[in-house]
Amino acid sequence: MSGPAGAPLDPLSPAAVTTVGRRRRLRPVAPRPWRRPLALAGLAVIAAWVVIAIFAPVIASQNPLAQKFAILGAPSAAHWFGTDELGRDVFSRVLFGARITLPLAVILIIAAMIIGAVIGGIAGYFGGWVDNVLMRVADLVFAFPGIILALAIAAALGPQLRNAVIAVVFVSWPSYARLVRSLVLSARSAQYVVASRLLGASGPRILFTDIRPNAAGPVLVLAALDIGNAVLLLSGLSFLGLGAQPPTAEWGAMVAEGAQNFNDWWVGLFPGLAILSVVLAFNFIGDALRDMLDPRTARAVRL
Amino acid sequence: MSGQLLTVDGLSVSLPTRTGYHKAVDDLSFALGEGEIMGIAGESGSGKTMTALSLFGLLPPGARVTGSIRLDGTELTGLGRKQLRAIRGRQIAMVSQDPATALHPILPIGTQLTEHMRYHLGVSKSEALSRAVGLLETVRIPDPEQALRSYAGQFSGGMRQRIAIAVALAAEPRLLVADEPTTALDVTVQAGILRLLDRLCRERGMAVIVITHDLGVMSATARRLCVMYAGRLAEAGPTAELLGRPRHPYTRGLLDALPHPEAGGAPLVPIGGRPPSLGDVPDGCPFHPRCRYAQPSCATGRPEPEPVGAAHLLACPPDPLRAAS
Amino acid sequence: MTEPVLRLDAVAVEYGRRGEKVRAVDGVDLAVARGEIVGLVGESGCGKSTLARAAVGLEPLAAGRVSFEGHDVAFTGRRRRPGYLRGLQMVFQDPYESLNPRRKVGEIIADGARLGGGTRQAALRRAAELLKRVGLPEGAVDSYPHEFSGGQRQRIAIARTLAAGPSCLIADEPISALDASAQAQIANLLSELVDDADLGLILVSHDLSVVRQVADRVAVMYLGRIVEIGDTETVWGNPRHPYTEALVAAIPHADGSGVLPADLPGDVPDPANPPSGCRFHPRCRLVTGSCRELDQRLAPALGREIACHVRAGSAASAATGAADRPAPDS
Repeated sequence: MSGPAGAPLDPLSPAAVTTVGRRRRLRPVAPRPWRRPLALAGLAVIAAWVVIAIFAPVIASQNPLAQKFAILGAPSAAHWFGTDELGRDVFSRVLFGARITLPLAVILIIAAMIIGAVIGGIAGYFGGWVDNVLMRVADLVFAFPGIILALAIAAALGPQLRNAVIAVVFVSWPSYARLVRSLVLSARSAQYVVASRLLGASGPRILFTDIRPNAAGPVLVLAALDIGNAVLLLSGLSFLGLGAQPPTAEWGAMVAEGAQNFNDWWVGLFPGLAILSVVLAFNFIGDALRDMLDPRTARAVRL
Repeated sequence: MSGQLLTVDGLSVSLPTRTGYHKAVDDLSFALGEGEIMGIAGESGSGKTMTALSLFGLLPPGARVTGSIRLDGTELTGLGRKQLRAIRGRQIAMVSQDPATALHPILPIGTQLTEHMRYHLGVSKSEALSRAVGLLETVRIPDPEQALRSYAGQFSGGMRQRIAIAVALAAEPRLLVADEPTTALDVTVQAGILRLLDRLCRERGMAVIVITHDLGVMSATARRLCVMYAGRLAEAGPTAELLGRPRHPYTRGLLDALPHPEAGGAPLVPIGGRPPSLGDVPDGCPFHPRCRYAQPSCATGRPEPEPVGAAHLLACPPDPLRAAS
Repeated sequence: MTEPVLRLDAVAVEYGRRGEKVRAVDGVDLAVARGEIVGLVGESGCGKSTLARAAVGLEPLAAGRVSFEGHDVAFTGRRRRPGYLRGLQMVFQDPYESLNPRRKVGEIIADGARLGGGTRQAALRRAAELLKRVGLPEGAVDSYPHEFSGGQRQRIAIARTLAAGPSCLIADEPISALDASAQAQIANLLSELVDDADLGLILVSHDLSVVRQVADRVAVMYLGRIVEIGDTETVWGNPRHPYTEALVAAIPHADGSGVLPADLPGDVPDPANPPSGCRFHPRCRLVTGSCRELDQRLAPALGREIACHVRAGSAASAATGAADRPAPDS
């Protein structure tokens, strides 16, 4: 037998132009994460909020529900973010708000992702009328502006934080379904899927073993970019009174209070900044993820 | 032989990679006269395509070029964009390997042909059109008048390659560079294209550089041959001699790896290992890790091409195949 | 000849194109026995790739039958492929597409064993063994496909098919996307495996020279039909069908002689509109008047089978040149 490839595994160096037969592959060089300042800042912010959420009882100087302080006091040494109209310490409330918004947003997105992925996966793999029906349902949801539909659902279910979460999940899953469906459609005709079929793999097995690893990347990117949206929707619903109910210290509800006490700028500003920081941070992370995954995504999934 | 049309002297092309600049072409020298057909043979990573691109100034961004490329006395390296544009198409033209992408998918064939002509030759539209018909006849496209109004997608791969050749000829270049012109084509179609190239060369006195890894194609078309390995010249000389009595172990290896009509059933004898990738070129002679005749001295000291016969250059100091020739 | 492991009988494959039905494969008979390599050659549009896919069950048949070890090979679509077809596997052309870039090499190969029942551990062990068998280091089980060259990936793909314990392989242009060195290595590997594992192999390739080197028998296809089939040396050394002759004459030889290969004028006709009578007649140098009407099927002649009544007819008469006089064209 002729000599096997002499040297051990030979990684192709990125940005090297290799010509094999008739094909030319240019490997793009994606900047490493540590070279993206925005993404790092985003990660830092989220990490900070996670720490805050975990240690809120320790960091916060006061009980967020205690209404014992001066009403509408401006920010001072005792109350860094001032006090609100019921005499509560805004700083503590902002810190505790992280304990609601962050976990809920993450859970919400995971739920939307799983529901959307399953529906999209089934639609993409089986095609035919199954695909049609499922995608028309998705289209129906898409037809409405997110906040409006979420509002309607939350209102119908009753003003409660749990219902707001359900509403936002319902509004978010179609994007994942559409994405996963298109990924599955293109992966379906990929030769490695055909090879698996020849070996006797069943549909579900192909979806899970062959297609899922290729779909995971783009789906996660979408999820990262979407968390910001979820935070906004959730806060928005609470702002409108359909999510978190008083006296819960939730950022959206706090901004609503701030709208009512406009002259006392600190009541609404700080929770607003909190929302802003989280949304921006997730957006930067999502952008960086998408750029990092992009050249590999284009290679892994023939879109 | 007429005066040299193209002289390449010490050409080196370095490309940027993650680990720094590495040479894709390393000190290559050759010359080509008017009306000659020369071949550049090599596998992947040999630098043959980079050599072709450097003739046109079409290297990837960041590439560094040293050495000299003189076309009819004019130095091509270091020319500005405007000057390069005047030369491309008019003095040198290229035909590349993928007939699917060589032609514009949306412009009619007629436009693609006349565009070049009018830019370089300044002829009127009607003159350009009649020349275009002539070109299509030269490359044996049936019904040229109809073809002018047609689109690339309406033709088969072989026809598209012929049209691409016609486009390359439109401004009457002195030198045609054909990079793997028939690799993507069926063997009978390939035969037609090779005959066409040969005829064009004889009828128009046009010089041709054929770049391919296919030694059969080389044998049929090129009078002289340069064999490249890892960016360097391994052997150069008359095709008949290089293919009949090769002196470089790599050339010998390439020939041995080809299926032989006489061998019938015996396994093919490939060269063990793979060509080195950019930046991974061994010290000394780049071929020595895969060479049957390697000696300790081959791992150090860079072999330079030395004359070993009439117009025959060899970059292999031990010259183990000397006795065989 | 021993009982073939794979048989194609009068196989036809159609596809729809703008409302009309086009026959990519039109009535092909082919059989492969274990331990035999049958080369399937032809140029673009001849239908060899479609035939290869149909032979493995990836295309629905418009007519005819494919049987593997006595079982019917039917198009399975989205349903799970029946277990009795596991022994019939395919090696694909593009080593960059046929391996899942997101899975480890060991897992990819192990699929072949696991899908036949068996634990993951056993399958992974088998994967390591098979890697060695195809000439790759065992440690490759933990690597990803992108770390390998085209030739190495093709070996991995072959190892995957071996894990299913095949008795027949269909290789659809397995070497055309590879470097010259890799081409020879893979061709040798396939040849070895056929001998060692007693496999039947249909090798589809447009590289006539490699097929000549490696195949025991060769079938030449043109526009959906087989026009000549027989022992490799018989067909190659002394081609009798005019198309085979043209193919062989068109191959350039690397002998430095400077001889240009012979041309075959004309283009492959549109399969939707094949020529009347013999499909090759518009381009044939031996064309006679009756070629336009007579659609000759494969018939035994001169130690092989050819689809040409001019040549097959002349075989009956002893004279070699007399019957080949072409009639004047109208």
